[in-house]
Amino acid sequence: MTNDWVDIKNADVILVMGGNPAEAHPCGFKWAIEAKVKKKARLIVVDPRFTRTAAVADLYAPIRPGTDIAFLGGLIRYLLANDKIQLDYVKAYTNAPFLLNEGYGFEDGLFVGYDAEKRRYDKASWVYQIDKDGYAKVDPTLADPNCVFQRMKKHYERYTPEMVERVCGTPKDKFLKICELIGTTGVPHRSMTSLYALGWTQHSVGSQNVRSIGIVQLLLGNMGMSGGGVNALRGHSNIQGLTDLGLLSTSLPGYMTIAGDEEQDLKGYLEKRTLKPLRPGQLSYWSNYPKFFVSLMKSWYGPAATKENEFAYSYLPKVDTSYDVLRVVELMNEGKVNGYICQGFNPLASFPDKPKVAAGLARLKFLVVIDPLATETSEFWQNHGEFNDVDPSKIETEVFRLPSSCFAEEDGSLVNSSRWLQWHWKAAEPPGEAKGDPEIVGELFSRIRQLYAKDGGAFPDPILKLTWNYRIAASPHPEELAREFNGQALADVPDPKQPGAFLAKAGEQLATFATLQADGTTACGCWIFAGSFTPAGNQMARRDNADPSGLGIFPAWSWAWPANRRILYNRASCDPGGTPYNPSRKLIWWNGQKWVGNDVPDFKVDSAPSEGMDPFIMNAEGVARLWAPAMADGPFPEHYEPFDTPLAKNPFGKVLSNPAARVFPNDAKAFGKPDEFPCVATTYRLTEHFHYWTKHARIPAILQPQQFVELSEGLARKKGLRSGDMVLVRSKRGSVKAKALVTRRLPTLIIEGKEVEVVGLPIHWGFTGQARKGYLTNTLTPPVGDANIQTPEYKAFLVSVEKA
Amino acid sequence: MALETQDIRARSATTTSVPPSARSFQPEVSKLIDLSRCIGCKACQSACMEWNNLRDTVGTFDGSYTNPPDLSDQSWTLMRFNETEVNGQFAWLIFKDGCLHCSEPGCLKACPSPGAIVQYQNGIVDFQQDHCIGCGYCISGCPFNIPRLRKEDSRVYKCTLCSDRVAVGLEPACIKACPTQALSFGSRGEMLLQAEHRISDLQERGLSQAAVYNPPGVGGTHVFFVLPHGDRPEAYGLPRDPSIGPMLSLWRSTMARTLGVFTMFGVLVAGILHYMRHGPLEVPGDGDENPGTKGAET
Repeated sequence: MTNDWVDIKNADVILVMGGNPAEAHPCGFKWAIEAKVKKKARLIVVDPRFTRTAAVADLYAPIRPGTDIAFLGGLIRYLLANDKIQLDYVKAYTNAPFLLNEGYGFEDGLFVGYDAEKRRYDKASWVYQIDKDGYAKVDPTLADPNCVFQRMKKHYERYTPEMVERVCGTPKDKFLKICELIGTTGVPHRSMTSLYALGWTQHSVGSQNVRSIGIVQLLLGNMGMSGGGVNALRGHSNIQGLTDLGLLSTSLPGYMTIAGDEEQDLKGYLEKRTLKPLRPGQLSYWSNYPKFFVSLMKSWYGPAATKENEFAYSYLPKVDTSYDVLRVVELMNEGKVNGYICQGFNPLASFPDKPKVAAGLARLKFLVVIDPLATETSEFWQNHGEFNDVDPSKIETEVFRLPSSCFAEEDGSLVNSSRWLQWHWKAAEPPGEAKGDPEIVGELFSRIRQLYAKDGGAFPDPILKLTWNYRIAASPHPEELAREFNGQALADVPDPKQPGAFLAKAGEQLATFATLQADGTTACGCWIFAGSFTPAGNQMARRDNADPSGLGIFPAWSWAWPANRRILYNRASCDPGGTPYNPSRKLIWWNGQKWVGNDVPDFKVDSAPSEGMDPFIMNAEGVARLWAPAMADGPFPEHYEPFDTPLAKNPFGKVLSNPAARVFPNDAKAFGKPDEFPCVATTYRLTEHFHYWTKHARIPAILQPQQFVELSEGLARKKGLRSGDMVLVRSKRGSVKAKALVTRRLPTLIIEGKEVEVVGLPIHWGFTGQARKGYLTNTLTPPVGDANIQTPEYKAFLVSVEKA
Repeated sequence: MALETQDIRARSATTTSVPPSARSFQPEVSKLIDLSRCIGCKACQSACMEWNNLRDTVGTFDGSYTNPPDLSDQSWTLMRFNETEVNGQFAWLIFKDGCLHCSEPGCLKACPSPGAIVQYQNGIVDFQQDHCIGCGYCISGCPFNIPRLRKEDSRVYKCTLCSDRVAVGLEPACIKACPTQALSFGSRGEMLLQAEHRISDLQERGLSQAAVYNPPGVGGTHVFFVLPHGDRPEAYGLPRDPSIGPMLSLWRSTMARTLGVFTMFGVLVAGILHYMRHGPLEVPGDGDENPGTKGAET
């Protein structure tokens, strides 16, 4: 979230699209209801299904799964064409005035530089025009045909309301009504918040779905505002913490990145990531990358990380490619993975294309499952009749099940969608042989290290020299880990502004990431967490529920990264002169000497408005990007059909599906065609269950006992189905059987003049637990992911439905 | 005598006056169910099971989100999901079913077992299973179809409005669990006022028929609803004008009692006249039967 759960209460308009918070985030959704009841906010829901969120919405419109960019592109066009944008904001705080290289272009569904063989873009021409001082050229009048604003206008010209109706199936009048309401927030004193979740991310165009709403919110001037923002509602407890700590194959803690194979020296690695300002007077905060990185290496390798050995840079793996979940399953199937440790994860149930996952797991030599529950993955080799029809005698994978504790059985912090690190305390001892995750990993590491110490190895240093100064080596305490993430001074750190004074003394916990140094005098396990465990103690354990501003900021409740800031980009809530756009919801302001306010300023606190520093300090441009060349699949979001699509042709251009999405050669035949699989399916969660966990508990099993499939009345009529009938749902990957729920909440859409049925598949059942046994829904989903980050396309694919 | 028994306003099958109130002030409590804020998450259902230690069976899917399929002796509250059309527009009405704690409870009036159903001074209608005879009259006496017979012990169960929690100053479990404050609990006056506020907001949003459901036919209820479509209570599964059935009213009315007393006396007088005229009826082994006592049982 750029904003905060509580901040939703300040919104004037709430757009729920790509999410279903009333069902998937019922506790957080209270703030949407609060906004409706106390602030007369209007709630818009755009969803393929009429959900429980739609049940309390003021406006609802259906949409075909996988066509969000068409809808949002239409919205962008509407805002531009009807002058509903906040023009001053757009001019001052976005890259709308930036001039693009003449060579950049877009034609027939492709951006310039496409290499069909590699399915990748050469982005050499996706650059700004640069002046002689190395800065990007701009046209403040936005008139230059090569400026981002004009290019954007041109790009979205094709996204007419008629096209939205043809492609999304959203009736034109409903679409326009929604546009009109959203357009009312393009003024300084009104804000719209956008709430989304996996309904946007789990697509082959997932990242671009989110980019689209970013553009909308920037055009409306809703970024940095109280009651505004682009708010990702994270799916798992602490999944925000997972990304913060870089538990992805190409990430390092604090959104730093793992070096590629070609980056063998530290200098080159750092230079590439130390972004210099692209406009005069800009902060470009990533220019501090070396401080964050060196402090991380000091945290990991302590005295073994020295200036002379490039702070142990050579100890880190360099990757040839992304080892995301889809690739790992592919590699398993190719016989290139021997062992797999899965901790708090149920890949057989959670990954797409279950038959492929099962085949991959069967080729492993060993599988370790660290989990509090008997997951399907840990029993993938067991025959569970029709639900998991395997022959155990043919599977040689050795499976180790290590029972772990649940959250209430351990101390620690959880990071929520609001970026709050909230400390929690152990309430009970784990049962039986279960142990906390740090204890399991600690013991595993200690034994592996002993083996390396005894037997040596090809490259033992990264293991032997890792800092491991825990009181009990085999069981690091969460508080010790938290202190490490926050970081400490390894030597006295002098204050450059006050000679003789120190920012921190040796051995002290750091109070802020501003203290971090690139010379090895500070250690910090995750720079954005610096400030969470200071000399004043554990800030995450704070529980002061005072809200002095009344804006729901609660500054002394837990601790939010970065720097306890609750609303990101809050400098943009003021006009360039430093006066809040919305006087009734002031976040920060310039008081003549410095930036002060109700929230922690997301800005250089002593930079006067007259200095011209812009609000988006993490960007080299200083402003937000309407046009973003970092994306793998194009600087502007463009509609592409899902890989399983009911259409033969993309109505927007000549390219059917995302040209930059990765498709493994073995999977080329894994996609369905509409003649065999005519219905569009989408998968989702229900309030009553949490993923594949709560079916292990009695009460949720009572509340939603058995697997079902949601079908429109039209489809039911065509297939002679009634609610409660058993149906067979097939995709190109496999099939599942479940009971039918015939409902008017699922639409029959008219797409390109033809009827298209939407089929809804909740995911929660499996072959272990207390609920009735069911099929793993991901038997059906396709093995393709987002072009940028490989999040699988669980939300839009083709199936056929018949009576079982 | 436990203190709580002295806070009773009405008691089933009891003609004598209720015990005196031990406390000088007992405000009437109420639960407000604001369906415009309800997202059907079933947290209330779950909390009810947890607090009251109820566990229904893990059932089957029966073609609806409503699970279990009906109220039962193990499910005292239930989210019901109704797909319907209101003013030509599709609406998915989510409704929380359960006891409404009527001011004039049909169940209590119907109950023939003394003290099996009581109404506390605070308005809560509670079943005392130790006095329940399992006759099921309360089930037919309820205009909302709430009480459920438990086969195992032949007693009837329903929502207690967590009278045990309320007695010690806590809100009912469902209220505590509700994430969107669709459920609120407080004094009856406060809750009615809050409901009125909500109606004006809903009307401003174009829900011109929004209304409070607090039916006068049962003297008003201690659980009342904000209905976004107040003109269509049936769409939610609520009766439009619930009342205690005419037979039941008659049975429990003063007239019925007077009639009963007249009958009793009539039978007694007839018996005496019969005796005076014919002398004692002589049946071997059954000499003491007095027909008058039979009449008194009516």
